[in-house]
Amino acid sequence: MIRYVIRRILFLIPVLIGVAFCVFTLLYLTPGDPARMILGDMATEEAIREFRVKEGLDGPFLVQFGNYIYKAVTRGDIGRSYVTKRPVLDEIMTVFPATLKLSAFAIIIAIIIGMPCGILSAIKQYSIFDTLTMIFAMVGLSMPVFWLGLLLILYFSVHLRWLPSSGFDTFRAMILPSVALSAQSISMITRMTRSSMLEVVRADYIRTARSKGQKESVVIWVHALHNALIPVVTLCGLQFGHLLAGAILTESIFAIPGVGRLMVESIKARDYPIVQGGVLFVAITFSVVNLLVDLLYAYIDPRIKAQYK
Amino acid sequence: MTDTKENAKGLLLDIQDLTIQYVTDSGTVHAVENLNLQLGHGETLGFVGETGAGKTTTALGIMRLIPSPPGVIRSGKILFEGADLLKKSEAEMRAVRGAKIAMIFQDPMTSLNPVMTVDKQIAEMIRLHRSVTDAEALNLAGDMLELVGIRRERMHDYPHQFSGGMKQRVVIAIALACDPGLLIADEPTTALDVTIQAQVLELMKKLKQQFDASMILITHDLGIVAEICDRVAIMYAGRVVEYADKHALYRRPLHPYTIGLFNSVPDLEEDKEELAVIPGLMPDPMDLPTGCTFHPRCSFATEECPVTKPDMIEAAPGHFVACPVRAAAQAGSESRGGEGQ
Amino acid sequence: MNDTVETTQTNSAETLSAPLSPGRKKRSPLGEVFFRLKRSPLAMFGLTVILILIFTAIFADVLSPYPYRKQDLTRTFETPSRDHLLGTDEFGRDILSRLIYGARVSLQVGFIAVGIALIVGGMLGAAAGYYGGWIDNAIMRVMDVLLSVPQTLLAIAIAAALGPGLFNLMIAVGIAAVPNYARIVRGSVLSIREMEFVEAARAVGSSDLRIILKHIIPNSMAPIIVQSTLGVASAILNAAGLSFIGLGIQPPYPEWGAMLSGGRQYIRDYSHLTLYPGLAIMFTILALNFLGDGLRDALDPRLKR
Repeated sequence: MIRYVIRRILFLIPVLIGVAFCVFTLLYLTPGDPARMILGDMATEEAIREFRVKEGLDGPFLVQFGNYIYKAVTRGDIGRSYVTKRPVLDEIMTVFPATLKLSAFAIIIAIIIGMPCGILSAIKQYSIFDTLTMIFAMVGLSMPVFWLGLLLILYFSVHLRWLPSSGFDTFRAMILPSVALSAQSISMITRMTRSSMLEVVRADYIRTARSKGQKESVVIWVHALHNALIPVVTLCGLQFGHLLAGAILTESIFAIPGVGRLMVESIKARDYPIVQGGVLFVAITFSVVNLLVDLLYAYIDPRIKAQYK
Repeated sequence: MTDTKENAKGLLLDIQDLTIQYVTDSGTVHAVENLNLQLGHGETLGFVGETGAGKTTTALGIMRLIPSPPGVIRSGKILFEGADLLKKSEAEMRAVRGAKIAMIFQDPMTSLNPVMTVDKQIAEMIRLHRSVTDAEALNLAGDMLELVGIRRERMHDYPHQFSGGMKQRVVIAIALACDPGLLIADEPTTALDVTIQAQVLELMKKLKQQFDASMILITHDLGIVAEICDRVAIMYAGRVVEYADKHALYRRPLHPYTIGLFNSVPDLEEDKEELAVIPGLMPDPMDLPTGCTFHPRCSFATEECPVTKPDMIEAAPGHFVACPVRAAAQAGSESRGGEGQ
Repeated sequence: MNDTVETTQTNSAETLSAPLSPGRKKRSPLGEVFFRLKRSPLAMFGLTVILILIFTAIFADVLSPYPYRKQDLTRTFETPSRDHLLGTDEFGRDILSRLIYGARVSLQVGFIAVGIALIVGGMLGAAAGYYGGWIDNAIMRVMDVLLSVPQTLLAIAIAAALGPGLFNLMIAVGIAAVPNYARIVRGSVLSIREMEFVEAARAVGSSDLRIILKHIIPNSMAPIIVQSTLGVASAILNAAGLSFIGLGIQPPYPEWGAMLSGGRQYIRDYSHLTLYPGLAIMFTILALNFLGDGLRDALDPRLKR
């Protein structure tokens, strides 16, 4: 198991370097000279040249990329904001917890609602509950998160005045954004759980369990569920990535100070280092979450675990 | 035929007039039609037929494990130890499954739960039907594994750590764990390598005697039947067309379909140029031929065959055949050859 | 090896008709797919909505009651009326007309972005699957990198670098979806490559290109069609999201996401500005999803439910 963990972590490194390379290339290609942007229009040519040498911005493309990685790894330096002139890492770290909290809340909601709905839907296949659940799931899947967010604000904040429409400090303030963000994931997890469950209950080993004289409830909740959840766990990991990306839209609707809102503002202000830093950060988070999911996967599926013993 | 056998008291299993259908959007599948079958204590019945003949459906019908929908048991009785299984409640059936009737499935690769260790899968069976503690059940599971020829140390392994033949041994261990009176083995060796097949068959034969169980062996392999069965039922398109003692059947198959089956077995001694093949295909189970379902493929068919459904006729003592033409021929040959076989 | 009757238990009713009905009348493969698709009311609903949308997009000039940019500052924020069926926006522009033109943009973005993704991803995936070895490794590692960034975010990053505009939006959304198609095509190529008819074609000396074009692509169509249909949905959704945060289509051109974004500041008093564009997006995506689901079932009944 330890070897598996180490291998998975080692696999992560080239992927992250790849992401950094893409991010760096995009930054390199966007118009605007970083030195000029940071030092301002008033800076002398001398100062700009000095800054370039100091920040490793003077060499050819690949050397610059090497410097970028070196600075990122040794000093956590992934550039400076063109606007605030503060290091990108600091800017992102101040807002990152809110995004993580939002995404985590959303995935928890999605799992708590999606899995049971999917299971019940599969057990009661073709029932009214199943039909309604599937239609709701399809609608949820088709709703743009930013529109759902607006509808929720309209109904719960403007009309009913139950919940605040912005901010993320209190529990009450977190409800609407988390629900809006989780809708698509609820739908995905419901659908996946249902189809996985339906596939598993037709498996031969379920018939074996029934032929032992086992109770139907044990057959479903013990034999079928464990097997059915294996692919769902992977989906949850992937969904977390969608949630991180969806958080960008959600945060800008609910005025939550998170990575997403910071990125949207930076896009408008053409503050590219922040945008790229944000992408890098989300990619790292997503990769780490998927790593954890893979480990969990190995834990619940003995076939995977055995491969790495 | 229901009443033809008067000594019904000695029977372990007596299936009468069983009809099972699958009702689907595209039509009704006549999987099993008016099936009659008997099995005595300690007997091994070979249940032979082509793919799609309804053998597995019959077996699942006995277990009351026909998936519903789309499966429906339309009519009939399944008398097991004198009581009709079809009248039992689901809870009563659960006490029968595993404890009194156990089943071995075709594909050992998929018959075991991949996320549960094998000892737990055996112990599950034991815990359900015997009043023992978890620890005792696990211990008994280990005993069962040893009985089927798997080392005890491997009891905590997962199914994927075993080979196909070993998995089938585990499945057999599960089936026999509660000492069932009837064992239904659904093509237990079809999915295995030929060399492993022989070992597994040998094991089943041995354990069946050791546990003093009756067995229904579903197969399409007449060789296996010859090896371990006492009686044989030949199934075609949802019906039993011939039912007899193994020796009688092998010596003189009566039903044209049975004859066709025997002719399509390669025989080294005869050295035929080509195998005799039964002409035509299995009928569409949604659209069965009228009368005798075999008549479109039968070389003995008369104008009566497409009209009347043939009943089982006792052509010779204990030898039943659902073919009036051949039964008459048999009777004729017997009267010529002298009575009192 | 299973008895045919046994497959009934493991598969849905649909499957039965295929192997068990040799006597029934034969349809062409495409006809068979459409026949099965027709039996799903939701898929037919989806198909109908999509066809109406395409029709609307093509004839937007004829169908829309007003030009999309015609302002009337005396009649702003009107609720639906006979003159303006869905009301007017903050500049007095007719919302219905803007939605109709918006269909043109959304469908264009959706189909072209998927086209880009399909061509680029398909070629990469086919090459990776067919040649294997280091080519496969190199291509798929790059795809892994792209997949480690959530798709919407990748589109945002590319769009941010390219700048706003319809064309850039298509490229951004399209490129972000490339890994999906590369993986699917590679997967089906890998499974088909080993099949006997491909072996046979190779044995008689067919060229690689010919094998890919004549055998592998036609045989990997089913998953690609399904993924593309669902892909158009997610492309439209992504494009709307990008426009919503100010990347992508710029005002005054009517794009549903941009219309939503423009209307949100008036949500407290004039919610119809955000309601209708949202509904338009949702129904389009819903229709595509229903159609995609139906197609999946129709193309491969084994996967059904």
